[in-house]
Amino acid sequence: MNQAQLRQWETIAARGRLMGLDMVYRCASGHLGGSFSAMEVFTLLYNKVMRNLDPQNPKDPTRDRFVLSKGHCTPGLYAVLAQRGFFPETELCCFRSIDGQLSGHAEMNHVPGVDMSTGSLGQGISAAVGMALAGKLDEKSYRVFALMGDGEMAEGQVWEAAMSAAKYQLDNLCAVVDVNGLQIDGKTADVMPSEPLDQKWASFGWHVLKADGHDFASLEEAFSEAETKKDAPTVILISTVKGKGVSFMENNADWHGKAPNDAQYQQARVELVNKLEQLEGK
Amino acid sequence: MAENIATRAAYGEMLLELAASDPDIVVLDADLSGSTMTKGFAKAYPDRFFNMGIAEANMMGVAAGLATCGKKPFANTFAMFAAGRAWEQVRNSIAYPHLNVKVIGSHGGLSVGEDGATHQCIEDLAIMRAIPEMLVLCPCDGNEMRQAVKALVEYNGPAYMRLGRLAVDTVTEGVEGYQFELGKGAVLRPGTDVTIVATGMMVQMSLRAAELLEEEGISARVIDMHTIKPLDGELLLAAARETGAVVTSEEHNILGGLGGAVAEFLSQNCPVPVIRHGVEDQFGRSGKAQLVLEAYHLNPQTIFEKAKLAIALKSC
Repeated sequence: MNQAQLRQWETIAARGRLMGLDMVYRCASGHLGGSFSAMEVFTLLYNKVMRNLDPQNPKDPTRDRFVLSKGHCTPGLYAVLAQRGFFPETELCCFRSIDGQLSGHAEMNHVPGVDMSTGSLGQGISAAVGMALAGKLDEKSYRVFALMGDGEMAEGQVWEAAMSAAKYQLDNLCAVVDVNGLQIDGKTADVMPSEPLDQKWASFGWHVLKADGHDFASLEEAFSEAETKKDAPTVILISTVKGKGVSFMENNADWHGKAPNDAQYQQARVELVNKLEQLEGK
Repeated sequence: MAENIATRAAYGEMLLELAASDPDIVVLDADLSGSTMTKGFAKAYPDRFFNMGIAEANMMGVAAGLATCGKKPFANTFAMFAAGRAWEQVRNSIAYPHLNVKVIGSHGGLSVGEDGATHQCIEDLAIMRAIPEMLVLCPCDGNEMRQAVKALVEYNGPAYMRLGRLAVDTVTEGVEGYQFELGKGAVLRPGTDVTIVATGMMVQMSLRAAELLEEEGISARVIDMHTIKPLDGELLLAAARETGAVVTSEEHNILGGLGGAVAEFLSQNCPVPVIRHGVEDQFGRSGKAQLVLEAYHLNPQTIFEKAKLAIALKSC
């Protein structure tokens, strides 16, 4: 990774946060906290890690797949998909709107670039297992990625899926857990403790890697290493800050799924615009 | 002599047969392959068979993922767990994205017998029918089941099909005009005084009830409604108009299943008396299957009585 590339990714992530903020403000609903904690992952996946992506042919059977198991984090995902060219950025203005196609939770039949409809937590990872299984069956070389939240770890289905992926030795599957430590009702440690996640995933037969979820170099290294791991699926536990990028949203569970009011929006916008202009050298 | 075979057995045979020419058919099971009759497929095509263990929720999601990659998954377990335990996975991961997954619920209804109420699913048709875009099937015999499996392989979309545990007489073979088609019921017996609309193994009982009615000079039409959704409105409308009274019969709660579907349709299109025969909103219990069915009045005699009641209501 060179400096120019790093700057490019940082710019995409910064623009993504700004776009996400605008989307949620405009429709007065949506999930910024978990979108912002995962913005670097979205950016890196769609601009470096995933192969054979073609915005003109989003269903290319050879493509790498991504499942947003934490399906509410669409402000982040859609902002990155739009920047990657899967659909015009102008469509973001109709996020969660009756007039548009961008539903509140990830939806595969109307949003180009979305590989699986999700929203009910714990279900996306199972679909990702199915995609990886199909890849093995057909001897295809595509890889499958899935992003879960740490609050999502409380869903029993996650562990059913974890067992099945290990059984079928799905080394073409790479899951990511966005460990931001917060969920709607408060701290994950209080609502339903999920740690130690590394030991849990390892005991389910997965390779376990860790990365800093806001550091592109750290993320890139983890994704590269994941590809070298054989005979078992890999999970990358990323440490993140919920609401990353907006001072008053950071590490605050209130911003899981709340829209900013006018004053909050203006303040958040100033912070995100400053960051973007700094990156663009203005 | 007519063939006597459980619909689950015919299902397993047909799946195996069709798999030979269709490499996209894949089968998932949740540790019940001996009962759901997918064991034959598992043996013949081990690469295409996935035993997901006792984890039905994950099985439905994995099936959905396979379908996004062009596979034609058949996900099997007991009706109780396919429709019940994994309902929300079927709803959100399969039906909502309109994925080509066939959800197969074996051992539907009270005829599970000895296992008792926890395993006797009498709600599956209702709760699967309530999901938008789901096809819901409940074939009545081996012949019909084989054709249903073939039709489901050809149909690209989400579907739920109930299979029965018990061996049942084949009644659809050699019937004049019988031709299986998804969403189209079949008239197995003509009649003019009352129509009995039945599904699953209640079709056989309804045919016997029609014989009892004939002994009293009552002409009963019997419709085999193998597809609960989409419901064959055209056939129902003609039956309601021509016979003026309808009885529905199902091995299912009288709430929300075939009876619910027929009553909903006729109340809006041709309001005639509709008497729903089935389990009277009660849980089942353990016992030999035939004795449990008797205990819950799932027998030809009760259908016979319901038919007379429906006819009596015509003059209300």
